Amino acid sequence: MLQVKKEMVIINEKAISAEEAIRKAGKLLVDAGKVSFNYVDAMVKGYKEIGPYIVLGPHIAIPHARPEYGVYEQCLSMVLLEDPVSFGHPTNDPVKLVCAIGGTDNESHINMLRELSTVLGDPEKIYGLMNARDYNEFVSYL
Amino acid sequence: MRVVTVCGMGFGTSLMLLMDIQAIAQKHGFSVEGEAVDLGSAKGKTCDFMVASSEIASELSGEAVHVISINNLLDKKEIEEKVMPIIRQMT
Repeated sequence: MLQVKKEMVIINEKAISAEEAIRKAGKLLVDAGKVSFNYVDAMVKGYKEIGPYIVLGPHIAIPHARPEYGVYEQCLSMVLLEDPVSFGHPTNDPVKLVCAIGGTDNESHINMLRELSTVLGDPEKIYGLMNARDYNEFVSYL
Repeated sequence: MRVVTVCGMGFGTSLMLLMDIQAIAQKHGFSVEGEAVDLGSAKGKTCDFMVASSEIASELSGEAVHVISINNLLDKKEIEEKVMPIIRQMT
């Protein structure tokens, strides 16, 4: 089961753009002392330069950057948007769930990714997450 | 058999893809070695085939090997349906 603490989740957040959504998910990581400000900028830059490939599947994005931009500890935050925003992905827009991830090297976050992918690959869990009204309900699907 | 999975940074989605492909291959009795790389390092990599999200795959059109394009990286069925025929064909 994926462990995500309350301070790493926001339900019904407002964002009017992909960048704002990424920054809000990134801010949770910064506030928890897991990554540097620079890392959040790198996530935004990665999205802008490389494109919306971070939109993994329908309505779900996983912004991230390379560890060297400033990851202090492996981390994951989740922001559920009140109103979905477009990330510019041809088939998986608009995005409602933003999962910002950080890993400290190339491999140690593999287990976290595997657990995340298990949750996000389960349509029933996705439905539950997307429609959760508060933190407790949200984490019950992780 | 060797697969190279590709994403923007060689760190997030490509690793997820690699794990999924290896698990799917194993389920069907095949062993697949692999590496997850970023787009810049992918070009010219030696492998039997490449797999990437559709966004990234379009950037790999110049590769000599077959490039499989995945629309929904969370849909293991899509991955399986696209990857297994290639694995079978190459074995």
